[in-house]
Amino acid sequence: MELEVRRVRQAFLSGRSRPLRFRLQQLEALRRMVQEREKDILTAIAADLCKSEFNVYSQEVITVLGEIDFMLENLPEWVTAKPVKKNVLTMLDEAYIQPQPLGVVLIIGAWNYPFVLTIQPLIGAIAAGNAVIIKPSELSENTAKILAKLLPQYLDQDLYIVINGGVEETTELLKQRFDHIFYTGNTAVGKIVMEAAAKHLTPVTLELGGKSPCYIDKDCDLDIVCRRITWGKYMNCGQTCIAPDYILCEASLQNQIVWKIKETVKEFYGENIKESPDYERIINLRHFKRILSLLEGQKIAFGGETDEATRYIAPTVLTDVDPKTKVMQEEIFGPILPIVPVKNVDEAINFINEREKPLALYVFSHNHKLIKRMIDETSSGGVTGNDVIMHFTLNSFPFGGVGSSGMGAYHGKHSFDTFSHQRPCLLKSLKREGANKLRYPPNSQSKVDWGKFFLLKRFNKEKLGLLLLTFLGIVAAVLVKVKYY
Amino acid sequence: MDPLGDTLRRLREAFHAGRTRPAEFRAAQLQGLGRFLQENKQLLHDALAQDLHKSAFESEVSEVAISQGEVTLALRNLRAWMKDERVPKNLATQLDSAFIRKEPFGLVLIIAPWNYPLNLTLVPLVGALAAGNCVVLKPSEISKNVEKILAEVLPQYVDQSCFAVVLGGPQETGQLLEHRFDYIFFTGSPRVGKIVMTAAAKHLTPVTLELGGKNPCYVDDNCDPQTVANRVAWFRYFNAGQTCVAPDYVLCSPEMQERLLPALQSTITRFYGDDPQSSPNLGRIINQKQFQRLRALLGCGRVAIGGQSDESDRYIAPTVLVDVQEMEPVMQEEIFGPILPIVNVQSLDEAIEFINRREKPLALYAFSNSSQVGVVKRVLTQTSSGGFCGNDGFMHMTLASLPFGGVGASGMGRYHGKFSFDTFSHHRACLLRSPGMEKLNALRYPPQSPRRLRMLLVAMEAQGCSCTLL
Repeated sequence: MELEVRRVRQAFLSGRSRPLRFRLQQLEALRRMVQEREKDILTAIAADLCKSEFNVYSQEVITVLGEIDFMLENLPEWVTAKPVKKNVLTMLDEAYIQPQPLGVVLIIGAWNYPFVLTIQPLIGAIAAGNAVIIKPSELSENTAKILAKLLPQYLDQDLYIVINGGVEETTELLKQRFDHIFYTGNTAVGKIVMEAAAKHLTPVTLELGGKSPCYIDKDCDLDIVCRRITWGKYMNCGQTCIAPDYILCEASLQNQIVWKIKETVKEFYGENIKESPDYERIINLRHFKRILSLLEGQKIAFGGETDEATRYIAPTVLTDVDPKTKVMQEEIFGPILPIVPVKNVDEAINFINEREKPLALYVFSHNHKLIKRMIDETSSGGVTGNDVIMHFTLNSFPFGGVGSSGMGAYHGKHSFDTFSHQRPCLLKSLKREGANKLRYPPNSQSKVDWGKFFLLKRFNKEKLGLLLLTFLGIVAAVLVKVKYY
Repeated sequence: MDPLGDTLRRLREAFHAGRTRPAEFRAAQLQGLGRFLQENKQLLHDALAQDLHKSAFESEVSEVAISQGEVTLALRNLRAWMKDERVPKNLATQLDSAFIRKEPFGLVLIIAPWNYPLNLTLVPLVGALAAGNCVVLKPSEISKNVEKILAEVLPQYVDQSCFAVVLGGPQETGQLLEHRFDYIFFTGSPRVGKIVMTAAAKHLTPVTLELGGKNPCYVDDNCDPQTVANRVAWFRYFNAGQTCVAPDYVLCSPEMQERLLPALQSTITRFYGDDPQSSPNLGRIINQKQFQRLRALLGCGRVAIGGQSDESDRYIAPTVLVDVQEMEPVMQEEIFGPILPIVNVQSLDEAIEFINRREKPLALYAFSNSSQVGVVKRVLTQTSSGGFCGNDGFMHMTLASLPFGGVGASGMGRYHGKFSFDTFSHHRACLLRSPGMEKLNALRYPPQSPRRLRMLLVAMEAQGCSCTLL
């Protein structure tokens, strides 16, 4: 493991990954890989999650292609130095922020969207000029294998490598030193990753999870609301970090909500859900059993059918859920939707704030003031109002969590920024040393006053004004010099 | 009985009650900080003189004025910084409202160091308060006199339901770190930085760590030695060398060294007189422990200039060491004192290689005549560091439009000016969709089909997306 990491570091130190042209070439190669080997990729992911190839394409591949295109278009601009506003002391100098690569980045992928959640960060890391070690999730075996096979065929084999393995291998990997670690997964492992990173003072981005609440107001079009929620909840069989985890609403709405979701499920997946090519399965037996145990003691409004042999769990809705029960204690990550009745929006807000900050928050209402209040009085990674999931799809948004749902963000330029060091640079000249006499000892009260003047005086005047002040500065320096020598 | 736990709970309750959210409240806190600086100027100067023998000039320029500048900047820009930031939308979200909301994290812990005890406490504090957080401040116990003022006087100027000062040494800080915060801002050594980040990991608390390292200072053959000597000496011996961004060591050719040494001697004499110990413009080492550590470093290489020390005064003369080996202690740890080793290199390539063999520093300096700007630019592009200044010392810190922070072992995260506000804020993506447009949404619903997929690709503006499934 140590040798592998060292090899990648050597490759980075060669400087190969830095030039813009190289980064663009790698991104174009990645794009070619996705297009030429589409069939292989779709097959692998479909096998891991029992997902239809259409769904793989629309949920994972489109996002990846869109992200690559966005990078290719904007990277030339992003890599350039950005000049910054100067003050009196620096007005004749060059001052700018220069993005630079960090070095060797470790990306630990997740199993629920095994392709996009590994490749989208990879795109950002490559764009920022880094070398990358990718550790796909071992739970999505087929995708892990296909990534190990395909990436070396298209990308630089020394700069970007795939290391596969389970907990043991990942633990070994985390002992090595990286320049940034990007982890997508659960809170418990997130802590382990950050603790390992602390030993090397490695910055981290942690995309974790939580229970994303979904508040449904009285004043809304319940038909549309339930369709949108049904789509977001049962997509990927509920195994989505930003799926609406549970619903908060007034008790009087429960029955209608149940009815409408039931109807929508029928519309989406047909009478025999098991046969629908658009309905996925639980990733493995352990999670299957875990999700099953959440149903114990609950009032199942509809759904609840399961089949262990195929790891099938039907789209399920629970009503009158007690917040103290197990289903409300952990992130569900499955096709079970509890409804927790609350008296009003005040109670809903308190309920949400008593809990850990979630990765996403959803609120449905025609009342714009209510939505505003929800946002103002709670916190979460992101928010979508009157829909679910969608804030993920706009890459001008930073996508990330807060509190126990994570730290840091990515997507689009935010990926580039995450994987770069934005280095402040000030270039002065060796001339005009006379003006510096003002700062050198021996000091005096007048020097103190001038020092304050130059530090605190702000400038948004024209060049003439600036030149006048330089002149004043030199005059001041001369005056002080004359006074003291 | 857990007074610390009670304090934190009280602060959290105030935060949840929404006290710190309104712009008026935050502005009042910032104005309080401004008044604190203005009304206690002499008190602060005296404390800084007692702790570090800082001259009025140094106290004003590097502590009070910098802090004041940040307060003023934050007050002037607060409302603009607080505003929701609109973002570009795509086809599917054209009719929606898309913005980034800047939210306070909640309870922020600021752990401050002793070398610029006012500046490095207040500047992060400005950012944390401007961003709407409640703050627990842990000033350094080593700069005792300033600590007293921060503990007893400062709280009178801010709303104490949202602000607390916790005092103590390493043990108390350790206990403090066991509690949960929503953000931790630490300035100090890499060793303690690791401890802070490990503690933060237990609660998944995000951190900014402003650490340190050995800041290299490359001096090209092609420059005026006197100008370079002035600039390097000023930044090295400012605050008796106890500055995280001070030039730590010089890299130059033996020829340049020959020209630099007399220039440095001339500068030092001009700055501090023939007897620097009696100059009011030279600081002192903060305590015995640091003094002993630095005195030991005087034995490395050969003393070319200075080398005197006085234990009773914690005085170390402005010193230049030559014939220094890479493995000697003075080249192994951050000096943080008025000692400047010169290491010889034969070429720019060797200098760059030397720099890159080591940990990424907080700052990096390169001096070369302006017509040779290629040299400066080369050092810049072929190395990495928190920040960089060509042909001067840490002037880049005085520009609030430049982010200030480290990379690698010198730290993570950044602040100053708007960067402070952004550091102490959670940037929350908010998408408010209209209940209409359901027809467009219908494309995403199962059951899927090639036709649906084709239309979805169009709607998502997925250009050049040809799918084999179609």
